[in-house]
Amino acid sequence: MSDTHTEDHIYIVGAGHAGGELAFALRQQGYAGPLTVIGEEAYLPYQRPPLSKAYLKGECEATALYLRQQAAYEKANIGLLLSRRVERIDRANKKLVFDDGREVTYSKLGLATGGRARRMTISDAARAERTRNFHYLRNIDDVMAIRERFQEGQRLVVIGGGYVGLEVAASAIARDVKVTVLEALPRVLARVTAPQMSEFYETIHRNAGVDLRTNIEVTGLDFNEAGDAVTAVHCTGGVVIPADFVVVGIGLLPNTELAQAAGLEVDNGIVVNEYAVTSDPDIVAAGDCTSHPSVFCGRRIRLESVPNAVEQARVAAGSLAGKPKVYDSVPWFWSDQYDLKLQMTGLSQGYDQFVLRGSMQNKSFAAFYLKQGRLIAVDAVNRAQEFMVAKRMVAACKPFDPAALADETVPLKNLAGPVQAAAPQA
Amino acid sequence: MSIRLSVVDRNGGEHEVETAPQGSLMETLRELDYGVSAICGGMCSCATCHVYIAPEWVAKLPERQSDEGDLLAELQFRQDNSRLSCQIQLQPEHDGLRVILAPEE
Repeated sequence: MSDTHTEDHIYIVGAGHAGGELAFALRQQGYAGPLTVIGEEAYLPYQRPPLSKAYLKGECEATALYLRQQAAYEKANIGLLLSRRVERIDRANKKLVFDDGREVTYSKLGLATGGRARRMTISDAARAERTRNFHYLRNIDDVMAIRERFQEGQRLVVIGGGYVGLEVAASAIARDVKVTVLEALPRVLARVTAPQMSEFYETIHRNAGVDLRTNIEVTGLDFNEAGDAVTAVHCTGGVVIPADFVVVGIGLLPNTELAQAAGLEVDNGIVVNEYAVTSDPDIVAAGDCTSHPSVFCGRRIRLESVPNAVEQARVAAGSLAGKPKVYDSVPWFWSDQYDLKLQMTGLSQGYDQFVLRGSMQNKSFAAFYLKQGRLIAVDAVNRAQEFMVAKRMVAACKPFDPAALADETVPLKNLAGPVQAAAPQA
Repeated sequence: MSIRLSVVDRNGGEHEVETAPQGSLMETLRELDYGVSAICGGMCSCATCHVYIAPEWVAKLPERQSDEGDLLAELQFRQDNSRLSCQIQLQPEHDGLRVILAPEE
C-alpha cells in the first residue's frame, strides 16, 4: 500500500452505528477528502436494536438492518474495509496497523469501537462458549445462530434480566419458545430503573408465560456426552434448569483496548471532551465506547444507546471538519417488549422521588424521577405523546410539582409549557 | 420497476429520487446524504424522520396511526401536512410523490 504523507485520509475504526454515522456526517459537514470505515464484521454498518426484536423473530433480513445500502457509500465516496481488524494505533507515525501486518496512514482518526458482550466468568463458561447452543448477543452472526433455535417448545434459558435479556424473552415467547429468565439481583432492570418499573416488567413477563426468577445465580452448566451442547443450567440453591439453548445478556464492555494501548486517556470508556475529541487532538471518538462530559448530568457518563451514537458521531464529525459544536443532548432510550412501547429520557440514578401518572394495570403510564424536586428522568409506557413532552421537561432541568405530574386531568404539556411555534413551510 | 419521488432538502433544493416501491419512505430518505436521521430505525419512537407531504398528496396516503399522531403533536416544526416517513409504506401508486424534509428539532 502506498501512502503519501501529504494527503489527507480520515479513517474510522468501527463500523457500527456511530462509525457509519460519523462517515456520512463528515461528508454532510463538508469533508471531501479520502474517507474509509474499517469494521471487523462482514456487514455494512447496521442497527443493533432489532437484533433482540424484529431480526431475532425472523421478521426482517440482515440487509434491512443496514443503516444505508452499499450504493449510498459509493455515491458518497466512502471506502469500506470490512472483515478487517486494526491491531494497533501508531500515533507517533499516524499509522493504523492491521492484524495481518498491513498499515495505512491517517491524517485524522475516528474511534467508534463500540462494545462487546460481557462474558460469563463461571468456570464452565469457556467450555460452553465452544458449544453450538450457548450464545451471547451483540452482532448479526450471534442472532443468526440464536434464531435458528426459535422453534415451538424449545427450552431457552436467558441469563440476565436487563433490556437485552427481557427483549430476547419477549421475542422468544412470540415464537412459542419456553423461556426461563435468570437474574442475579433481586429484581430485573435493577441498574436502570425503579423497583416499581421492575415489578411491572416482571409481571408482564410472567403473565406472558416466562418463568422469571430473580435473586438466583448461575453456578455451573451441564453438557451432553459429545460436549458440543449445554443441556442444563445449575443455579444457587441446587436448582437445575434443563435447556435446549442458552442466551447470555449480562451487559456490555466498551472496546477501549486499542485506545488504551495507544496511550489515549481511558476511564470506563475512551475519554473525550464535549467536542468528542480524545486526549489526542487528531483523534475523535463516538458512541458506546466513549466516556464523555454530560452537561445534563454534570458529570462524565458512558451511554449504550443509538441516539448517543448518532448524535455524538455528528459532533465528532464537526470537530474533524473544523466545525466544532458542543455535545449536550439529553440521553434517551427505547425498548419494545410484547405490546409495550417503552421510551425513556434522562438518567434516573440518584432519584429520591418516584411519581406515577396513569395506570400500570392498563399498560399506559409515565413514571417521573425527581431528585431534590428536579425532574431528572421519565419512563413512558405506551405514551408516545407524553414522552415527547417529557423530553422537553427533562431537558429544562427544573423542578416540577409531583402532585401536578400525577394529575391526569391536566395535560402534561400544560406543565411543560407550549411547543415553540415554527414558521410554516411548503 | 421503480418510482420517482421529488424530495426537497432542508436548504430548499429539489431532488428527483428513483426508488423501489417497497419498504418505508424513511428507508429511501435515509439513503440520501441530505436525508433523514431516523434514529430509532422505524419503530415510531423518535420522530427524527419528519417530513411534510405536498398538499396534493396528503389525502392519497393512508391516515396516521395513533403513535404517529402522538409523536407529531409535540414537534416544534409540526404542520398539518406533517408525517413520519417511517410510517408510510411506498407503493407503485406513489410515483411522483413530493415530500419536503422538515427541519431537525
